[in-house]
Amino acid sequence: MRQQAAATVTDAFIEDDRIAIVLAEISTDYFERAFAHDPLRAVNVGIMEQTMVGVAAGFALEGFHPVAHTITPFLAERALEQVKLDFGNQELGGTLFSTGASYDYGTDGATHYSPGDVQALATIPGIRIAVPGHPAEVDTLLRHALAGDDLTYLRTQAIANARLRDVEPGRIDVVRRGDAGTVLAVGPMLDRVIEATGDLDLTVLYATTVWPLDGGTLAREAADAPDVIVVEPFHAGTLAGPVTEALADRPSRIRSIGVPRRVPREYGRPEQHDREFGLDAEGLGRQIRAAFASAPTGGFDAAPAGRS
Amino acid sequence: MDSDRAEIVRLAALATGDEKHEASSYSTLDALLVAYRDVLRVDPSRPSWEDRDRFFLSKGHGPAAFYAVLAWRGFFPEDWLPRFITWGGKLGGHPDRLLVPGVEVSTGSLGHGLPMAIGSALALRARSRQEPRVVVLTGDAELNEGSNWEAVMLAPHLGLGNLTLLVIDNHSSTIPLSPIDARLRAFGWDAVPVDGRDHAALRRALERRSDVPTAVVAEIGTG
Repeated sequence: MRQQAAATVTDAFIEDDRIAIVLAEISTDYFERAFAHDPLRAVNVGIMEQTMVGVAAGFALEGFHPVAHTITPFLAERALEQVKLDFGNQELGGTLFSTGASYDYGTDGATHYSPGDVQALATIPGIRIAVPGHPAEVDTLLRHALAGDDLTYLRTQAIANARLRDVEPGRIDVVRRGDAGTVLAVGPMLDRVIEATGDLDLTVLYATTVWPLDGGTLAREAADAPDVIVVEPFHAGTLAGPVTEALADRPSRIRSIGVPRRVPREYGRPEQHDREFGLDAEGLGRQIRAAFASAPTGGFDAAPAGRS
Repeated sequence: MDSDRAEIVRLAALATGDEKHEASSYSTLDALLVAYRDVLRVDPSRPSWEDRDRFFLSKGHGPAAFYAVLAWRGFFPEDWLPRFITWGGKLGGHPDRLLVPGVEVSTGSLGHGLPMAIGSALALRARSRQEPRVVVLTGDAELNEGSNWEAVMLAPHLGLGNLTLLVIDNHSSTIPLSPIDARLRAFGWDAVPVDGRDHAALRRALERRSDVPTAVVAEIGTG
């Protein structure tokens, strides 16, 4: 996904002289075409993430659409106040994209883990947050962001869905329809949600824009089934607020499955973290079945045939 | 006291309700007056004029003198000043670029102005705008913020001759920083100290241009 994001940004940079690129040492190899094309609009500031965001905002003050990029915690957490004040408070637009979200740097420990990035950045009024699940979706979502004037954060992860979907920025995609309840899969969680729920009579929805969340589609597709499970690649419960808001007009029971809120002490590949946290297909299947088994409606056995 | 300075003091007093004219001792007052009267190319009738000089008040707190100078130059009416930090007024305890004409950037939290000023200076260079310059004012204690030293390292590396850092040094930093100009020179800035109340010296220092970023350390004395 990172490689695709860099390629998309570079192509847009060459086509559109409103775009500026500000890096903080990370991923500079991926942007060599941009540096060669116009070194005045593409800058590597070195290892200084706060200044990277501030410099990007300075470009925005002058009418540019800046793109700032580094590893997730150093963009979303170390430089959070710069995103909040230099972009948010000034009401400036730009695109921030990160690499290594959640625990992609799974052998590097808690300093390089960032499952709290979306929740942190969602505190900034007006921000849009994109969570693609496939490199081609990175291209779609980034092109949309780069053509506009909003402040957008796009997180990329090493693990991707095998199959791309024809996503529309800002919209929830309907993967399949069922009657017993709804699962909202976010970004790279879709494949494993599909695998985990293949034999269950559930509606499966897919979100790649999570902030603002497409509450209208969620409310319509959840229909009268009160149980909604949100499967998030970041901290569990990050989307609980907008999901609750979307379903505020009906009785509903919302369950969040995602990265647990504890300091991770494990070292290993992302797949190993997924297994530990119950976020692989097997773990998700177990959690989803348990959630529905305890539902007051009686779970899947009580559900009628699917309506797909 | 020259008549311009007296007028700025009067206007600042309108904002603060200060009958003793304590504004006369404001640390930023003389530097702001000289910058906006003698140095910066700005046009109050066209606050967004593309070839204007940009001024960033990074040290956004205590902005009465800044507002007074902007009103004096005609960016907004004098009758805005008595509504400083009042409900419904536009002049807050920290300046807001979306509310006040002439304010280039909203500030308040320390350590944000200089990195943003670098971005603005880079953007002007990328647009081949040779004339406009970016002047950013910080306090000496504000230089405790680490983000400033990131930017202090970066600006000479980028050869930003269109950037000027104006440090108001009233020795409010708990960590002694003097001589600040020597510290900045060590990082590659063309930095000079001046008497922060001497208008002619301030003007000469602020008018300097170089092929590296320039800095003016305006010594005010404690207060």
